Amino acid sequence: MVTDLVGLQVVAELFPNGVSRYAVGGLLVGLGTVLIYLGTGIHAGASTFLESTLSYVSDRSRFQQYVASRDWRLVFTLGIVLGAGVYAVVYQGGAWTTDVQPWRLLVGGFFVGVGTRVGKGCTSGHGICGVGSASKTSVVGVVTFLAVAIVTAQVVAALGASP
Amino acid sequence: MADRHPLFVPLVLVGGLVFGFGLAYSHMARPEVVLDFLQFEDLGLVFVMFGGAAVAGLTFLLAPRLLGRAPLTGDRYERRLKPFDRDVLVGGAVFGVGWGLSGICPGAAYASLGVGNVAILWALAGMFLGAYLQGYWRSRDRAPETAPSGAD
Repeated sequence: MVTDLVGLQVVAELFPNGVSRYAVGGLLVGLGTVLIYLGTGIHAGASTFLESTLSYVSDRSRFQQYVASRDWRLVFTLGIVLGAGVYAVVYQGGAWTTDVQPWRLLVGGFFVGVGTRVGKGCTSGHGICGVGSASKTSVVGVVTFLAVAIVTAQVVAALGASP
Repeated sequence: MADRHPLFVPLVLVGGLVFGFGLAYSHMARPEVVLDFLQFEDLGLVFVMFGGAAVAGLTFLLAPRLLGRAPLTGDRYERRLKPFDRDVLVGGAVFGVGWGLSGICPGAAYASLGVGNVAILWALAGMFLGAYLQGYWRSRDRAPETAPSGAD
């Protein structure tokens, strides 16, 4: 009985917002991936959109390799924006804006843009499609970026940047 | 593009809708939530990644065995396997710095725009800039391989 209560206490501290929000959201993210895969055989990752869209404005060889997929990647990303918009209208009751400082978003976004492309994937490509495929490359990729992100976030917080 | 199945684009759109709704529902489209996770203040995000990977993994495991080819493309169902090299570690580490600094990854950033977070345009601008610069460098790296060199 006492150990049960201690266990619940730990769970409450680690999951202050419960888990259903996260679990349901995660299942839906997986379901979106699965719908596209079952229909087309394509593993849709989110970060390739960055390079494929750049092929519209740059004739560099690195971007031109994505010309064949750039149109549907644009549609996929548009779907992501609209799907989140549906959530905002139905559950959020309007727009929500972050308090994280613009310099963190801009500089962090820059590193994300370089890193996902050099590293062959992001949280969806490696994290969901790759890990779901039991790909050793993706598991190593996820462990790498997760570990570095944890250290980075802790260091930035320790230096007093908040939020 | 011309010979593509008429349902190809609609299906990709619906998949994106569900994907984006899921990211918003899980609150992963909020950088604060990701930063709380990385600082061990709310570990709920584990369920987003493992939930998504579990659903996808089960499908990737079963589809190749139970189904023939994808109806809209005629392609075989395969696993997502990418070759491992140093880039995976270097790129992963650079991505980690960016993710830990901003709390934003590509898919969640698009979804964040959808929940009305206009400030995320800073992150999207940074991502496109980063993706462009790496593409610029790597396109240039590749050029000498195709150009005839004096030694040949």
